[in-house]
Amino acid sequence: MAERIRLSATSDRPYALLLRGAAFFFGAVIVVFVWSVVKTAWPALHQYTYHLVTGKSWISGTGPYGALALLTDTVLTTLIALAIAVPVGLSSALALLFLIPERIKSFAASLVELLAAVPSVVYGLWGLVYLAPWLSHTVQPFLAGITGGRWPFNGAQEGFSVLLAGMVLSVMIQPTIVAISRDVIAVVPTDLIEGGLSLGATRSQVFTRVVLPTAKTGIFGAIALGAGRALGETIAVAMVIGSNPQLPHSLFTTGATLASTIATEFGNATGNAGSALAALALMLMVITASVNAFARVLTKRARGAGV
Amino acid sequence: MSDTLTNLPPDPILERRQQIHERAAQTIGRRTLVSKMYVFALLAAFILALVPLGSVIIALVQKGVASISWPFLHTLPTQPSLISQNAIGGIGNAIEGTVIIDGFAGLIAIPIAVLVGLYLAESSSRVANFLRAITEIMTGLPSILLGVFAYEYVVVPMKSFSGLAGIVALAVLMVPVIAKASEIAFRGVPTTLKEAGLALGARNSRVTRGIIIPAAMPGVITGVLLSLARAMGETAPILLVIGASSGWTWNPMHSMSALPLLTYNYSGSQYPSQRAAAWGVALTLVIMVMVLSLGSRYVSARMRRERH
Repeated sequence: MAERIRLSATSDRPYALLLRGAAFFFGAVIVVFVWSVVKTAWPALHQYTYHLVTGKSWISGTGPYGALALLTDTVLTTLIALAIAVPVGLSSALALLFLIPERIKSFAASLVELLAAVPSVVYGLWGLVYLAPWLSHTVQPFLAGITGGRWPFNGAQEGFSVLLAGMVLSVMIQPTIVAISRDVIAVVPTDLIEGGLSLGATRSQVFTRVVLPTAKTGIFGAIALGAGRALGETIAVAMVIGSNPQLPHSLFTTGATLASTIATEFGNATGNAGSALAALALMLMVITASVNAFARVLTKRARGAGV
Repeated sequence: MSDTLTNLPPDPILERRQQIHERAAQTIGRRTLVSKMYVFALLAAFILALVPLGSVIIALVQKGVASISWPFLHTLPTQPSLISQNAIGGIGNAIEGTVIIDGFAGLIAIPIAVLVGLYLAESSSRVANFLRAITEIMTGLPSILLGVFAYEYVVVPMKSFSGLAGIVALAVLMVPVIAKASEIAFRGVPTTLKEAGLALGARNSRVTRGIIIPAAMPGVITGVLLSLARAMGETAPILLVIGASSGWTWNPMHSMSALPLLTYNYSGSQYPSQRAAAWGVALTLVIMVMVLSLGSRYVSARMRRERH
């Protein structure tokens, strides 16, 4: 964009300085933000070093502080959420683009956007009051029946579980996956789709062999963005997972994620405990920032290639 | 002559084409069936995706409407005791706290974010590209991290929980969202408009004030309202920093109450009356959030219509 107005135009120095100043200020706030987490986490990092990541037991207040169980639960709930939200979300994106009649298309799309507007605490409340009893009375006996009450469906019927957290998360990341994959599928060239149809391929063949493979990179970007949201979701998970830091031995065990532990324990934490929680925040920051950066590269590449 | 023509060796390409043709004709029935089932499955999945939305809305209306009344909306909460378990009072101060915290966070975030958006839209230097990448990553970071930040830099120095800490956390949360939306809006302004302004001898700042900002206004307002809506529903950051208050707190230097936090606290309460009231608080919150989100659509649609 050579025609963009040059910011350094000497004719208007105060204006250029104002914009640069705002950008610099915001950049400085980000640096201070990252630094505040690192600084608070420092005593715990210094004291427990790698045990913070590999330690199996997390006992709030007194220590030891090992986040292995929290990391496992964070990843597990995210995988459960993706297992539900990816097939449903991709199907919805395809349906919204190619199958829903034109008349109700924008209405249908705004319903999905409405899902994104609901605050997470409301999803938590819904999971707590509606999903938890349904899960423990209906879903769990059914699933336990499949494996005869053995792994991975063993455990007490409490309702609160990593499975419930994953299910609530799947609803929350749905709009992200639908919106982004719809964007990247929409730029699949019409020539390719029509070419497939003109060769005599059916609609399902065009979807699975032309549309999805062409939009693959962007779809992975959409999934990564959804995963990033699921990894960091805090309050809804804290309300339904049971806040019990332990390594999961079935899908129905209570657990605790990195984010949910910060939310539930921060209020009572002093000294070392606070620092250990800041270390969790640091881990969460590194993980979600990496996942988001990765997602950004993928979606950018997908859009840049026109696909 | 005709002898050589008929005795030509069989053309492999033609043969293959013939095979494909026959195969396609043979399988068309099965493929059509599979395709129909596939299309049906896609539509079923889309309906399935909307089931939770329907369930949440029904739950909010069924359970929420019952606990909302005029006194509920404008009185102070009362602590239930063993003797009067149903005395929960109202949520007036939580509404007030939510509006103050969200409003001030917006007042701080909007000017900075719009300037950052202008900077990102007008500059493609390496620094700007880096800041753009960071801004996008910031929008995906868990909001609770900003709670940790506000705790360290506001609560610890002030030695007390405060609405101000919540304002700071939400403001930092809002800046990347508004900056991104306004950058897109500013980039959408046709270069010819800007050049016309410059050709008339206007300075960059005058072009921005007179041309770019008015032309990009719908996009900017949409971004602002959406980020206000998103920040209003945030529980995690304010849970760490605003404390709790059961009175009217107009001064953000003190602990405050807020709707999302109250929903969270009531949902885990030992009193059934408070657990029931959690739905009333949630419904109030959802209505306020929806007014902002729907308002943003209305404003942008209307401003676009007026322009054309």
